[in-house]
Amino acid sequence: MAFDVVLAVLVLGVSIWTVTARDTFAAVVGFVAFGLLVALVWVRLAAPDVALTEAALGSGLTGGLLLGASTRLAHAEPTAAGEQPGAILRLAVAAICTVVSAGLAALVLLLPEPAPTLAPQVAENIAATGLRNPVTAVLMAFRAIDTLLEVIVLLLALLGMWSLAPDRLWGGSPGQRHHVDLDSALSFAAQLLVPVGILVGIHIFWVGSVGPGGEFQGATILAAMWILTRMAGLVDMPPVSRRWLRLVLVAGPAVFFAIGLAGFAIAGAFLAYPASYAKLLILAIEIPVTLSIAATLALLVAGPPERALQR
Amino acid sequence: MSASILYGLCSAVLVGLGLFGLITHPQPLRKILAFNLIGSGVFLLFGVVARRGAAAGFGGDPVPQALVITGLVVAFASTALAVALLLRLFQEIGRATLRSDD
Repeated sequence: MAFDVVLAVLVLGVSIWTVTARDTFAAVVGFVAFGLLVALVWVRLAAPDVALTEAALGSGLTGGLLLGASTRLAHAEPTAAGEQPGAILRLAVAAICTVVSAGLAALVLLLPEPAPTLAPQVAENIAATGLRNPVTAVLMAFRAIDTLLEVIVLLLALLGMWSLAPDRLWGGSPGQRHHVDLDSALSFAAQLLVPVGILVGIHIFWVGSVGPGGEFQGATILAAMWILTRMAGLVDMPPVSRRWLRLVLVAGPAVFFAIGLAGFAIAGAFLAYPASYAKLLILAIEIPVTLSIAATLALLVAGPPERALQR
Repeated sequence: MSASILYGLCSAVLVGLGLFGLITHPQPLRKILAFNLIGSGVFLLFGVVARRGAAAGFGGDPVPQALVITGLVVAFASTALAVALLLRLFQEIGRATLRSDD
């Protein structure tokens, strides 16, 4: 309990810093620390799968994305800072936000007893999926439609981002080329870390069927490794019009949807799996989905095309 | 007071703090940050509900936990899209502001 109190105070302290820090860069650094602390909270809430996702995606990739944006916007920030609302308005907003917080706090204290839960149903039916991690079973079997739609939402976000490129850059490579000295520490670290990171990513994906892990966590680590090799100048981002790249991006959702449709024929419902080879089908979905998510996440961090297509 | 109630109160404060930042900060990037704080608060509320639903040998109800994983990925995608929109706005008008009066 003492640990929980310290952790909660730290989380609140860092979040106050994130909101109040003068400098945007400092606020983003605060947000990364916040994400890591929240990952610890998830461990304390007995949700190791969420903790892994929060640490890798909520803190890591989001942090990298926002750090990059804050350095690019460093010169634009001071002009915007003069538009701060007046003291009275801020006090009024503070009052409203306090009411919102108090309302939520009251809800937390008044949560129904005994707590409603679907855990017994999951425990009853998990054997039919062939999985032993209940969270993966929910993601890939019981609520597979959510996961399918989510993978499509990721693709839509990427399409939306690519559409922001000016016409002349359409189909080109995202981001600037990183020219890094191949003898530098960063490039050495990338050469050393990336093979290990790829193995860790595959492992996290693979153990997801029995323990904490899964395709999102594994895919995030794989995406991070791609981003690292790019930052170190070892590889360049391919032009987004490359056919193989687009195939990798849509393979996951396409296979997921196809197996979902096949469910009508083999098990009588969309995304239903026959019990005898449920695990095999789930694996057949998860492998392409992991690769698609990894590629989508890395491209979301890289941003819209900024260099014209070389012909 | 149990640990899950403590984190529940913590998440209620996070939502309020994030809302305050979202409304009062003029810089769009700070608004995106604050928006993510609100998101974290909401996700933690889910976590508290999941923790209270511990049963059948699981440390928490796996259904809300899985929903949070989905939510985290979608939150990342929307943050990335918002940042891309902001950078494009900066490229176009040379300022990163939402003010429209000039």
